[in-house]
Amino acid sequence: MNLGPHADFIVAAYAVTIFVVAALLAWVLLDYATQRRILGDLEERGINRRSQRGAGR
Amino acid sequence: MAIVDLANPTRFLNVVNRVLPWLAAITLVLFAVGLYRAMNAPDDYQQGATVKIMFLHVPAAWLGMFGWGLMTVAALGTLVWRHPLADVAGKAAAPIGAAFTFICLITGSLWGRPTWGTYWVWDARLTSMLVLLLLYFAVLALYWTAEEPGRGARAAAILSLVGAVNLPIIKFSVDWWNTLHQPASVFRTGGPTIDPALLAPLLIMAIAFTLLFVTLHLAAMRNEILRRRVRAMRLMQAQELAQVT
Repeated sequence: MNLGPHADFIVAAYAVTIFVVAALLAWVLLDYATQRRILGDLEERGINRRSQRGAGR
Repeated sequence: MAIVDLANPTRFLNVVNRVLPWLAAITLVLFAVGLYRAMNAPDDYQQGATVKIMFLHVPAAWLGMFGWGLMTVAALGTLVWRHPLADVAGKAAAPIGAAFTFICLITGSLWGRPTWGTYWVWDARLTSMLVLLLLYFAVLALYWTAEEPGRGARAAAILSLVGAVNLPIIKFSVDWWNTLHQPASVFRTGGPTIDPALLAPLLIMAIAFTLLFVTLHLAAMRNEILRRRVRAMRLMQAQELAQVT
């Protein structure tokens, strides 16, 4: 594949896009892991949501 | 399951947990096919190989606008129907829409230098797209800096509705004003003007990017629901501690 005389611009465009998409994916995955960990900690300490308490009765 | 059942955050989470792996897999396959077709697409007779930037730039532009459209519908859900998931949907869409708008501006700039001879001009299409990015930043600032989430959500919803005025300006800017940017060449009366050899990979990449947006949006909505549960549990913990002391 020959990208011609403007290969730098094409490569830069794809690199920026891959970087931004990777950053979005990392943000979503890390945030999910963080929220799950905090929820787990809270539940371990016996703190439940009101709806969970209602369901347990 | 009826659509209204999804209004319940717990049921919504169950559906998202089941759907997300499939969506991610389909998105990956479409990107593999789309990128293969894009890399093997013929050069444009005028722009040469720089036309390959189109396969990123155009879907990113569509999704930057789609994100704001989604936030506009979510804003109606927040302000009019006070739907519990509407605000979650709006807040989750904002960073993703901003990221795609950013990709659109950067790739457009990198495409503009070899084809127009400049990275940037203050013409109507480019400027209205930059305004969209600034509006995204403003909404994110409202969501992230509000002390009380409900108040931040209402302010962001109002800004989302006001900012929706910019969407037709972006779309028709190339028709209303004399711009350096080319006019619409895919969604136009009379059909696309792009050669099918370039149009097919463009559409595959557009579907792949759209599924990526949907996947990220659902995942971000799931995170936001969990974050609100954490907040509710911490508030309950604080109330119980206050009652004890």
